[in-house]
Amino acid sequence: MASQQFCTFLLDGYLFGVPVPQVQEVIRFHDMTPVPLAPPAVEGLINLRGQIVAAVDLRRRLGLAERTAGELPVNVVVRTPDGAVSLLVDEIGDVIEVEQSTFETPPETLHASLRATILGVYKLDGRLLHVLDKDKACLAADLEPTAAGR
Amino acid sequence: MDEIVKDFLIESNENLDRLDQELVKLESEPSSKELLASVFRTIHTIKGSCGFLGFARLEKLAHAGESLLSRLRDGKLSLSAEITSGLLAMVDAVRRMLAAIQASGQDGEEDYAPLIELLTRLQGEHAVASAAAVSPKLPHSLPATVTQAEAITTVENAPQPLPDPSLGKPGRKPRRRKESPDATTVDPQKLATMTPPPATHADQASAAAPPAPESRNPNAAVETIRVGVTLLDQLMNLVGELVLARNQLLQFSNSTQDAGFQAVSQRMNLIATELQEEVMKTRMQPIGNLWNKFPRTVRDLALGCGKEVRLVMEGQETELDRTIIEAIKDPLTHLVRNSMDHGIEAPETRKRAGKDPAGTLTLRAFHEGGQVNIEISDDGAGLNGPRIRQKALERGLISAQQATTMPDRDVFNLIFLPGFSTAEKVTKVSGRGVGMDVVKTNVEKIGGAVDVLSTPGRGTTVRVKIPLTLAIIPALIVTCGGERFAIPQVSLSELVRLDAEDQGKGIELVHGAPVYRLRGRLLPLVYLDRELGMRREAGNSASQTAAINIIVLQAEDRQFGLIVDEITDTEEIVVKPLGKQLKGINAYSGATIMGDGRVALILDVPGLARRAKVIAAARETAHDEGHSEAAAAGIRDEHALLIAENGTEGRVAIPLGMVARLEEFPRTVVEHAGAQEVMQYRGQIIPLVRLSAIVPATSDAEMLANAGSIQVVVYSEGKRTVGLIVDRIVDIVEERATAESLAPRAGVVGSFVTQRHVTDLLDVPAIVRAAVPGLLDAAEPEAGRV
Repeated sequence: MASQQFCTFLLDGYLFGVPVPQVQEVIRFHDMTPVPLAPPAVEGLINLRGQIVAAVDLRRRLGLAERTAGELPVNVVVRTPDGAVSLLVDEIGDVIEVEQSTFETPPETLHASLRATILGVYKLDGRLLHVLDKDKACLAADLEPTAAGR
Repeated sequence: MDEIVKDFLIESNENLDRLDQELVKLESEPSSKELLASVFRTIHTIKGSCGFLGFARLEKLAHAGESLLSRLRDGKLSLSAEITSGLLAMVDAVRRMLAAIQASGQDGEEDYAPLIELLTRLQGEHAVASAAAVSPKLPHSLPATVTQAEAITTVENAPQPLPDPSLGKPGRKPRRRKESPDATTVDPQKLATMTPPPATHADQASAAAPPAPESRNPNAAVETIRVGVTLLDQLMNLVGELVLARNQLLQFSNSTQDAGFQAVSQRMNLIATELQEEVMKTRMQPIGNLWNKFPRTVRDLALGCGKEVRLVMEGQETELDRTIIEAIKDPLTHLVRNSMDHGIEAPETRKRAGKDPAGTLTLRAFHEGGQVNIEISDDGAGLNGPRIRQKALERGLISAQQATTMPDRDVFNLIFLPGFSTAEKVTKVSGRGVGMDVVKTNVEKIGGAVDVLSTPGRGTTVRVKIPLTLAIIPALIVTCGGERFAIPQVSLSELVRLDAEDQGKGIELVHGAPVYRLRGRLLPLVYLDRELGMRREAGNSASQTAAINIIVLQAEDRQFGLIVDEITDTEEIVVKPLGKQLKGINAYSGATIMGDGRVALILDVPGLARRAKVIAAARETAHDEGHSEAAAAGIRDEHALLIAENGTEGRVAIPLGMVARLEEFPRTVVEHAGAQEVMQYRGQIIPLVRLSAIVPATSDAEMLANAGSIQVVVYSEGKRTVGLIVDRIVDIVEERATAESLAPRAGVVGSFVTQRHVTDLLDVPAIVRAAVPGLLDAAEPEAGRV
């Protein structure tokens, strides 16, 4: 297990990635049904060929700045123990292969909202690849599911 | 062939295939307790089922095998090659019997006595051998070889020919094929000895015939295959998608002129529709499949209780989703047993009552309003209302007041409370007081409802209403805040539309809580957009010029009105679960995909009611004043009338909808405020009105003066409450009262006949106004303010 392939994507300028086998598919922006009362990070529900999949806005989930209006996110559909979940990201990147030796756990100083959902970083040439803990990221229930939260 | 026998064959064939593998595996791992237990279970299942279906010979054989296995399981015997082959021979014999059942419906006429003898002998001899030689700690070292050696000698000594002494080896199936011809050559000979004396070659020839029909009738196991429900669900999902794609394709084809393309899309349309129907069918099964076992249950129970019962089944072909059939199996069985045990009387009792000594138990199934109704009726003694009241009172399930005032219909439904039983004695069949509540719980779990109707001396009918399927439900599609929502039709009572000009008088406020007067009754209102915390877009507000749509919904025992922007349509929707992220929100029960491919949320009506505190509030009142449940049940029916006595002779009726509560107070609560009789009631002073003062009646003044308590009908209008004192509350009846006005009298709308008495229908507001002038009118401006 010296190297691993990651599906990468951009969020607010940061490079994130999830291991390729965990990704079911990547689709363009999809029409979404908002869910009132849902946790704020849950953007809505999409119809993925007959399967109803919740879309989690990763920017909101990770406490990053809101996407500017008019910018359409991309759906990265990941497999989780509770079925598929779509992660909304800014832009999809390449599939890259990283060396295990370049991995480091996140620094202590990382913002708390990120620490819980980031497993660590791979030091690439000139930039860092944040490894997302997709199962935790999908657990939007951690965030207060109130209408007032909106 | 019976559905049940077919099922048995399919299941047994599957089990036998597994048994083959397991026995062979067991030989290589003789100490595996799990394998042994599994083999034992399989044989036991087969034995049990064939005992049930009346295949005695098969049962006997399986029994011999089971006894042998039980000794193995208990460690009294260790597995030897001979035992394994004996068991495998039994498996093969069972298989041949199953084939015979398949072909003729009988478990064959092959003689299995030698095999049974062998199996029995294997038990005994090896028990001795193992007792002598086997130390239980070392089941498969040296002693095992000893038993094996002995096994060979036993085989040699065996006086009867063994079906096939070859040891269990991999690849059992080819061996079995080879064996089958053997079996058929043996068959006629054995048969010849069993057929009546005149039997000759002709008989043998005909006995040899069975293989022919067998080849014409291919195996039931081949005709049907078992497919996981999950696979069917996936298939249905995909078909749903296909239908959506088809719709889009059709739209597209309408806008082009290409005739070829239009023809193809037309065909595609037909195929997709047909495919959808067929896939839906895969999940549906006639209820007859479930009922098939009842004739026997009924027969056995009738014999057991010494009753004569005729079973009538109507609507067997009514189709239901498979998962629902599974879910109602036990409740229905219980209801049938209950009717048999408690409902239908013994033949002598029936004769004395002038009924046919043989009782009739009717099972009826039919579709109604998108639901399946199943009725289990008997023509027995009916439920004993007074006895149920008494029992319920003894157990503290109802109050003394409820016991006298509760309508029969509600009393009957008390039998669904946990621990309730009126049976004099606990029988084998029922009477322990568990069961009816389980029936209710199980039926409600799948979104159904149970109701019981009974006429003393004439019988009881239990009606179970269940949804057709759990996967596809009829729903009302509404729009609110620009989004569509689906409301399951099961919870829907009615739709009310208030046009712009009606709005002023329509919606009123009680302490800021919006209500609507639905036929004189206050219906709490819930605004969907507010409840869901949706932002209102400008010009979309409900308080504006557009008409208001109120959806009257039923949540538990309460009705409430849900206000939405627009009511779109009713549609059959496919229910899909929500992901974990959204599980915590009690406002939705799932989601569905609409015709245009977009997702719509399905509202969870009870959850929404709880969120809006509609149900919680209802529970509170039910607790502090137990009667309201019964009242709520009555109020639903517009024609429910409260019958009371006025004086010794007169009878009056009050529409139950006007009755807030029925109370009984000691006489001493009556106080005076000036000339007005009043009492303290729930922190309020309420005026009391004596009915006899307004509607004169011949009354026995002395009796009234001596009575220790007063019966008060509490009447509320707006915020004002008035107590109407009546002499005695008699009953609650359901009747469409067409009152005739004999002579104009104050406070009386007219008279009608109910329960063979002339009864005056009261005009309660008029009575109150006459007795306490100005009271209600003073209240009106306040209630009317919106």
